[in-house]
Amino acid sequence: MIKINLKLFVTLQKYLPEFSEKFKIPEKTRIGKLIKILGIPKNMVKIIFINGIQKKTDYILKNNDRVGIFPPVGGG
Amino acid sequence: MDNRYLRNFNILSNKEQKILNNSKVCIIGLGGLGGNIAEMLARIGIGNLVLVDGDIFETSNLNRQILCTEKLIGTSKSQACYNRIKKINSSIKIKKINEFFTKKNADLLLKDVNLVVDALDSIDDRFILQTQAEKFKIPIVSGAIAGTSGQVITIFPKDKGFNLVYGERKTKKIQGAEKHMGNLCFTACFIASIQVSETIKVLLNKKNILRNKLLIADLMTNFFEIVNLK
Repeated sequence: MIKINLKLFVTLQKYLPEFSEKFKIPEKTRIGKLIKILGIPKNMVKIIFINGIQKKTDYILKNNDRVGIFPPVGGG
Repeated sequence: MDNRYLRNFNILSNKEQKILNNSKVCIIGLGGLGGNIAEMLARIGIGNLVLVDGDIFETSNLNRQILCTEKLIGTSKSQACYNRIKKINSSIKIKKINEFFTKKNADLLLKDVNLVVDALDSIDDRFILQTQAEKFKIPIVSGAIAGTSGQVITIFPKDKGFNLVYGERKTKKIQGAEKHMGNLCFTACFIASIQVSETIKVLLNKKNILRNKLLIADLMTNFFEIVNLK
């Protein structure tokens, strides 16, 4: 298992698991799989960023990655 | 130099202040973001403003839209913005457009403009704005908010811009999270401030612009990150 620091924003916050700052997942888990594990609907995900860099759902998570998932935001 | 700009120095030089005074900026949307942006751009010394919004104030705007007062419910946002700016600096040249931004009126709004500030409240309209700004070869400083979160990006012609932020544009409407979360006043003020600083940096050709980068902020958790977009 590896540990990631997970942050979910706006409407996604309700999917945030317990111990999100040290969330345990199996090694070689892809972001797409993580989104499934958390139960986040695909269409609610717009920007995925790992350690400050935008990534796609096929990114394989590494130990201590800082993971952020942001929904579409358009208010003015 | 006008004494009203005394406290802009020495962060801004005389030459830079003149550049701002001679600049023309279009603000599209005069709600939570746009009202604050107009106020700040007027105070810092942008000499020419194009103010665009076809909406009228509603009671539900009072929580966050700085131009909205009880007396102004039911009246035009663009007119309220015009009146406010003229009270701050009567010498600012203002083009007031009491219409919503569309592909059709883009020619009128963006002609001879140095930069356009996106304070829209629809993701689909932002893609239309990007196409039109590209046509006129002008940069966009875009902000968007939902709840206590917000984002800012500066898009130059030919940049992927909103395609990186929202994905490739599909025919299906993209609904923003703000429909469920509402918008708070401090989020609007914060994101508007970042948009104004980006605007000034672009006009003055300064560094550290959010180009191909998205500033993401959440004020409830004090989270701030600049994401490199790819």
